[in-house]
Amino acid sequence: MTPGIRRTGIEKTMKMVLMISALASVLIVLLIFLFTAKEAMPAFREIGIGKMLSDTTWRPGNNQFGILAMIAGSGLVTLGAVFIGVPLALGTAVFLSEIAPLWVAKIVRPSIELLAGIPSVVYGLFGMVVIVPWVRMIPAPGNTGYGLLSASIVLAVMVLPTIANISEFAVRSVPRGYKEGSMALGATKWETISRVIIPAAKPGIISAVVLGLGRALGETIAMIMVIGNSVILPTPVTSNPLSIFLSRARTLTGNIAVEISYATGVHESALFATGVILFILIMLVNSSARFLMRKGARS
Amino acid sequence: MNKRSFAQNTAFGIFWLTGATAVLIMVFVVGYIMVKGLPGISADFFTTSPRGGLSGEGGIYSTIVTTFYMIVVTLAFATPLGVGAAIYLTEYSANTESRVVRKLVILARFGVETLAGVPSIIFGLFGYALFVTALNMGFSILSASLAGACLIIPVIIRTTEEALKSVPAGYREGSLALGANRWETTWKVVLPAAFRGISTGVLLSAGRIVSETAIFFVTLGGSYRVPHSLMSGGRTMALHVYYLAMETRAFDKAMSTAAVLVGMIILMNLIINTITSRISAKQG
Amino acid sequence: MSKLETEVTRMKAEDYCLFYGNFRALNNISIEIPTNRITAFIGPSGCGKSTLLRSFNRMNDLIPGVTTTGTVYLDGRNVAQEDVVELRKNVGMVFQRPNPFPKSIFDNVAYGPRLHGTRNRSDLAVLVEKSLKRAALWEEVKDDLHKSGMSLSGGQQQRLCIARAIAVEPEVILMDEPASALDPVATLRIEELMNELKKNYTIAIVTHNMQQAGRVSDYTAFLLTDENRAGNLIEFGPTKQIFTTPSDSRTEDYISGRFG
Repeated sequence: MTPGIRRTGIEKTMKMVLMISALASVLIVLLIFLFTAKEAMPAFREIGIGKMLSDTTWRPGNNQFGILAMIAGSGLVTLGAVFIGVPLALGTAVFLSEIAPLWVAKIVRPSIELLAGIPSVVYGLFGMVVIVPWVRMIPAPGNTGYGLLSASIVLAVMVLPTIANISEFAVRSVPRGYKEGSMALGATKWETISRVIIPAAKPGIISAVVLGLGRALGETIAMIMVIGNSVILPTPVTSNPLSIFLSRARTLTGNIAVEISYATGVHESALFATGVILFILIMLVNSSARFLMRKGARS
Repeated sequence: MNKRSFAQNTAFGIFWLTGATAVLIMVFVVGYIMVKGLPGISADFFTTSPRGGLSGEGGIYSTIVTTFYMIVVTLAFATPLGVGAAIYLTEYSANTESRVVRKLVILARFGVETLAGVPSIIFGLFGYALFVTALNMGFSILSASLAGACLIIPVIIRTTEEALKSVPAGYREGSLALGANRWETTWKVVLPAAFRGISTGVLLSAGRIVSETAIFFVTLGGSYRVPHSLMSGGRTMALHVYYLAMETRAFDKAMSTAAVLVGMIILMNLIINTITSRISAKQG
Repeated sequence: MSKLETEVTRMKAEDYCLFYGNFRALNNISIEIPTNRITAFIGPSGCGKSTLLRSFNRMNDLIPGVTTTGTVYLDGRNVAQEDVVELRKNVGMVFQRPNPFPKSIFDNVAYGPRLHGTRNRSDLAVLVEKSLKRAALWEEVKDDLHKSGMSLSGGQQQRLCIARAIAVEPEVILMDEPASALDPVATLRIEELMNELKKNYTIAIVTHNMQQAGRVSDYTAFLLTDENRAGNLIEFGPTKQIFTTPSDSRTEDYISGRFG
């Protein structure tokens, strides 16, 4: 074989190999979906998807597999995290991109980077030994500290870097001309930020929040550690409706993680069904974030 | 006028406060873990294995070994695949005329984006179904690494793509003009130039493996013994923190292990930042 | 031919120097901008003409590390001691690339007046109409005021930006290469508009298009960098004089296209 032919041969082979690696991600996504869906089939067939979604009772020993309580748990804890975390994250994003002097940004940015890097199990541990005892001090019947409030606080800190980073990027992407145009008309810096820059960055900011939502829904370990894991539909524990956050709960993710290693039969299949529902939910959230981001980039 | 500058001062005051809060949260979390965790750390802590028991006696030796195995094996699966995918997406399919290739690229990008959004418990569930059960690999380093690879492939693809894109086009043109083909150009010119950038991606991925718990919770088994082969189960340091806190209720030991984890993450961040700032210094 | 001595000075720079860190970008500039006239700043790229223009409404304040010596005056008052918001209200600016906000045409023009305290909807409507008319855009957009300013053509966008600047009722309008991103027809419209505007406003324009400077301006300032790359004012005078009988050979070289 002449060197020329050998060279072309290598080039062609490598091109194939690289193309296959490029498609590996699609393949993995497909495999994940097919496998989880296949394992979930018996549950969907025997219990029915409607029954699973609408029933609040999860009692595997009794063949009851309703996941509504977990959906409520995941939903409420995400809501709580967004409520606490979003103002902080957006404030930090605007602060970093428009207000902070360079030397301050050099302290804040690595801090957020580090928050993003801290393992979720460490957040869980921190929640157990610091946040839970704080929440326990709230006087309410049956309040152990473990529950939605503690979980929301922990989760808020965990999604802060995601939301802050992406929305900082959105704010930074606002064309400089808008800022100059506004300042040249005699606007103060704050008027420019609030009336021109933030409105212009809005699509990016919204998609940052939605992506944060997706992350929050997917969080597992830290949630198991602080949310109490009781399979009950969260209800207010006092006459104040906000006290629903003092209720214990379980997330969809936690349900899978806690029970999968010993579940068998329909029970196991029902956990895979939980996974499929979670998977679809998060896909929906993430693709709407991407949609918003593209729409924002186009306008 | 005064009203307008008052509004500005108030708003900016609030923004300074949020910025400060973000830093304070970091200082509080890291500080708390360190202050509570560091006193329990000694040389013995690193060199002895957990002995089980009600108060979590022993150190973390075997969990360090398992973590190390997990990093190496996961990266061995994910790095070639991720770097290969990034090379295809940036070097081979840019400016392509072929409609088939363009469709493939769109499909591949969709895959990467989707994979990046999959929560880790789903990877765990998948690994449990496919590797642990169907392929009969059991709770093992092999099963856990394969599942963990799915988590870090998108990370490696993204960082490698960034690194490849920052290689000046002139390098490629120079090589191609000398008669080198695409692969020779990529292998001999582009990859070496992008090496630092790619290594930050690999390091970032190693950090993800160190931090990950959910996937390994359902695929690695949790044995605290020193693993002797790829088929052994085990527990990583992060998983050890979970078991210590949730099952043994040995919070002191959990704090010490967490302090080691956070220390590692800080170290990795520092290394990554050094590499990245050197890259930008070189380019600037 | 107009004579500088007979003009009323609106703005003035005196021994003005500007530094980016240690780098001197403008060197000892002294110049007077006459009222209700168009003054053009010309010179090769990087000569500091835009920087000089932006000194008149202190837009350079936005760039970190900029320091200045010397003084800039508006109606005899030192602008450095003025409230910057008030200054920019009096000295409007139009940029090289049309930069309407991603808001409706109405909201673009009403942006400035709202900032400065006009809240009443009908007052705003009157002001918006007046400003759009002065910017020669009213006829084209009067039925589409709710449409996004970004949906207009480049030339229309630039006239919208001029209307936006006019709406805060400035005395001076600074224009930084306002037509460089536009096609010839749109450019012509902007030039006609400038001639119309100078009845009510004092205009300073930066342009790298010498024909444009010749066509629209009453006075021309020629800037050039010295051996240290600092911008210097080489010559300033009535446009006709600068273009026909420049007193400095470098001006003549530039005008006749020998460099730059």
